[in-house]
Amino acid sequence: MPAEILPGPSGYIPIPAVFEDVELSPPGYGLFFGQIVDELTAMREAAKAMLTRRNPTIFPGPKILWGWNAHAMEEAKAILELAAEIPNCRIIPMPDYRPKYPKIDPEAEINPNHPNLTILHNKIEACIFVGVHCHYANLSLRMIRAGTNCFTIALCGELGHEDAMVSIRDLTPEKIRRFREVLIQVREELGISHTPTPPPENPSLPKEEFQTLSVLDYGEYSYLLIPRKDEQVTDTE
Amino acid sequence: MPEQRVVDADELILRTERQRKFITGAQAMAEAVKRANVDVAIAYPITPQSEVMHLVGDIWAQGYIRDYYRAEEEYGAMSAIAGAVRGGARAFSATSGPGLLRGLEAIASWPGHRIPVVLGVLTRVVNAPLSIQPDNVEISYLLNCGMVVLHAENQQDVFDFTLAGFVISEKVDVYIPVAVCTEGFFVTHAKGYVNITPEELKLPPRDPYKAPVPPTDCEIPPARIQRDAPVQKSNFMSYLIHAVWQQEIWSSNKRAMRYINHYLGGPIEVVNPGAEVFIVASGCAAAQGREAVRYANMEGLNVGLVKVKSIRPFPEKQVREVLSNAKAIIVPEHNIVGWLAKEVKACIPNSDAVIGGPRVYGGMTLPVELIMERVYDAFGIKKSKKVVV
Repeated sequence: MPAEILPGPSGYIPIPAVFEDVELSPPGYGLFFGQIVDELTAMREAAKAMLTRRNPTIFPGPKILWGWNAHAMEEAKAILELAAEIPNCRIIPMPDYRPKYPKIDPEAEINPNHPNLTILHNKIEACIFVGVHCHYANLSLRMIRAGTNCFTIALCGELGHEDAMVSIRDLTPEKIRRFREVLIQVREELGISHTPTPPPENPSLPKEEFQTLSVLDYGEYSYLLIPRKDEQVTDTE
Repeated sequence: MPEQRVVDADELILRTERQRKFITGAQAMAEAVKRANVDVAIAYPITPQSEVMHLVGDIWAQGYIRDYYRAEEEYGAMSAIAGAVRGGARAFSATSGPGLLRGLEAIASWPGHRIPVVLGVLTRVVNAPLSIQPDNVEISYLLNCGMVVLHAENQQDVFDFTLAGFVISEKVDVYIPVAVCTEGFFVTHAKGYVNITPEELKLPPRDPYKAPVPPTDCEIPPARIQRDAPVQKSNFMSYLIHAVWQQEIWSSNKRAMRYINHYLGGPIEVVNPGAEVFIVASGCAAAQGREAVRYANMEGLNVGLVKVKSIRPFPEKQVREVLSNAKAIIVPEHNIVGWLAKEVKACIPNSDAVIGGPRVYGGMTLPVELIMERVYDAFGIKKSKKVVV
């Protein structure tokens, strides 16, 4: 019998759900507290958590943050539509996987090497991971379960995540939109009135001015963008 | 070289009609590589324990593999494998004994770096004294790396485990290396019948984007070439990230079990599940164990066999269940340390029932009669004439 994977804090060092016999769900199913359930049930439980717990937040990862293909761009759009339906929802990105030294700005971003800093600073009690590579999502989900009381939801393009309280697999833009429909329905059942509102701008990031953007704005990485001496870039996308 | 057609992994491994060939274990491994759509094979052929990498070089020359080269030594070979795999290639190498140990630092870092690759381990004595005879003590060095470790009994297993190994290692929820081990000489140099898939069919190419990590971190700004986060800074968070990272590798290792069930028919094979006395063995000791079961049954003794195909993940539950009523458990091995006996003892409540042995090493063969002596002892049968080996 697999263990129940409940919100933490579970203690000093987490025990991975896999070690406690939790298995990934088959196609068409999800996980709720480590048990295999039908996808609709998983979506309803995820919706309830995002609608009733404090400071619901979506953490989009590199797979959808960087518009590297049409699928990623469509998923990003669907996530914004979903966020608009959740009262007081914020979006805090996980743009890359490097540890942030000397100190992360927890209002600006979340990082898989110390995700609980962002969760604790912002008092986040329900969150969605989406577009994060599975390895890094698993690290984050386990650390969050160890040290915080956050209810974690994984929307995964692959097979899902045992350490999340709710796991939904094989994510597509259509599935995100179906989740949004389920969430609206649950919201109505709970009697929560809400007008769709886009999430607030990330307060820690400077406003991007694409008209005046310079390679020097990329700081230590600007050398990646500056052509080498005598290099003539004639072919562009 | 025939024109090869890509077919689905399940179709190739589980459903295509196979042809029967009489080939060596080394040939069986090369035949599997031929069908695995491998991009690059990198070798450092130490005093040959097997001709696997020589044969893989031949199939490269025939056009089955896109690139092949001889590295400067084993550490270089195993490091280059990691680079190739991070770059999106499907890679293969094979090694043995001292070569394996020389490359071990790089090999042990593969799982943590999420390197899906197949490594053939054709076991031989670990020096010193210098020898190239078969002895599988080197497998014990692989058991705590985090990689999947399969142990092949015969030429058929070598073919099946190698081909399936590529598929298992590249599953998104696994994504760690697979070692396909077998005994040098006893399996690699001996011929046996092998049912192999048609030569004109091969696995789909590796899709490096179907992965739990970016193919290279250069694709995730800010660009960098190493995947391992620099977590060595001294604060509590860096300890925890390393801890959960290790947990993730061993979780991935456990997740491989579902694919071992799917492609290899499970991590163990049981002969005579209702037996009073069991022989638990892996690799070619399982072949001798199988023969001992036949001898015992001819004498009316209720003896069964548990052949362990997967050493990592170790099938604890399955072994515990089969052995729950065993009066005695005999674990014959080709090494002095008895790593399999320790694994079995660790996962059953009645570890006193485990008879650690017989063990042979240094290249010695494992006569069935040696196992039968333990069988007689287990049943309390006193034989007037012991077998002289």
